[in-house]
Amino acid sequence: MRFEVALTILCMAAATYFTRFASPLLLGRTGVPRWMARLLKHVPTAMLAALIAPALLAPQGYLQIGPGNHYLLAGAVAAFMAWRRQHPAVTMGSGMAVMLILRMGGFGV
Amino acid sequence: MIMVANVGEFRAGVRDTLPLMLGVFPFGLAYGIFAQSVGLTPAETIFMSLTVFAGAAQFISLPMFAAGAGLVMISLTALLINLRHLLMGASLVPYMEKLSLPWKAFLCFGMVDETYAVTISRAQAIGYSRDYHFGCNATGYVTWAVSTVLGVVLGSHISDPLAWGLDFAMPATFLALLIPRLTDRTSLTVCLVAAVVSVAAALLIPGKWYIIVACLTAVAAGAWLEGDEADAV
Repeated sequence: MRFEVALTILCMAAATYFTRFASPLLLGRTGVPRWMARLLKHVPTAMLAALIAPALLAPQGYLQIGPGNHYLLAGAVAAFMAWRRQHPAVTMGSGMAVMLILRMGGFGV
Repeated sequence: MIMVANVGEFRAGVRDTLPLMLGVFPFGLAYGIFAQSVGLTPAETIFMSLTVFAGAAQFISLPMFAAGAGLVMISLTALLINLRHLLMGASLVPYMEKLSLPWKAFLCFGMVDETYAVTISRAQAIGYSRDYHFGCNATGYVTWAVSTVLGVVLGSHISDPLAWGLDFAMPATFLALLIPRLTDRTSLTVCLVAAVVSVAAALLIPGKWYIIVACLTAVAAGAWLEGDEADAV
């Protein structure tokens, strides 16, 4: 392992760990104020939606709404399965199967 | 001392996280392969997965290493990409209040999108459990480590798994976590606001800021909506 690379990786690790531990460390003493707790309750839903939407609607960095967008089609299938309360493995498996079929079939782009 | 007190809870955490690892595995593989192709040694590649344990930051560091970017540049980028952890960590605080500082420090290390979402969904639905949280984290960490090592070992022998559509594994994983959370009008609104704002911001703002911008907007919309409902009652 090169020393400089190892040092850079350790600094990345420190920076990342800071983002993970800063809130619990700072808020752990004072507790979370009520107004903030009201906001924070919605963080998981908001964060997941913010990670998913651009990956499905703009997979190549521009808006693609239509049957040419494989991510959107496969995402719709996965979302439907999840909505029907299927096991997460079924949700993901069916979405990925649709994705592979579209890719290998050479449909669209 | 970090020890599991309730093995049943730990197992439940592993069981609930394991299916989602289907979506993490291809990324670990791809990271292992890419890291080799930009010239990181196997030891450096695996060392990064074990210490940083954050997919997006690790991926983005690779072209930077290849281009000879410096320590400060690469670390700052990791910091910016992972800023969303501040929000995630803050939302876990009420549940982790009773834990000792070493446990908090330890469990925070394992916070990635998937383990966080599984842990907090369980906490909000049934109740928080330290050992369940640990089970989720351990599953995520071991999966990331094993898939990285496999990517390094297989290296040039297999083609990039993300090229055959497996990059869809990430949104698929998050969908499996998100949809069950949409149980009322408020959560649906939060989801829609986050979706619209994130797409608009992803198209307009460079980098990963769209996640934080969308998250803050949607969270505010949710609190505002609930405030309205509370006033109406």
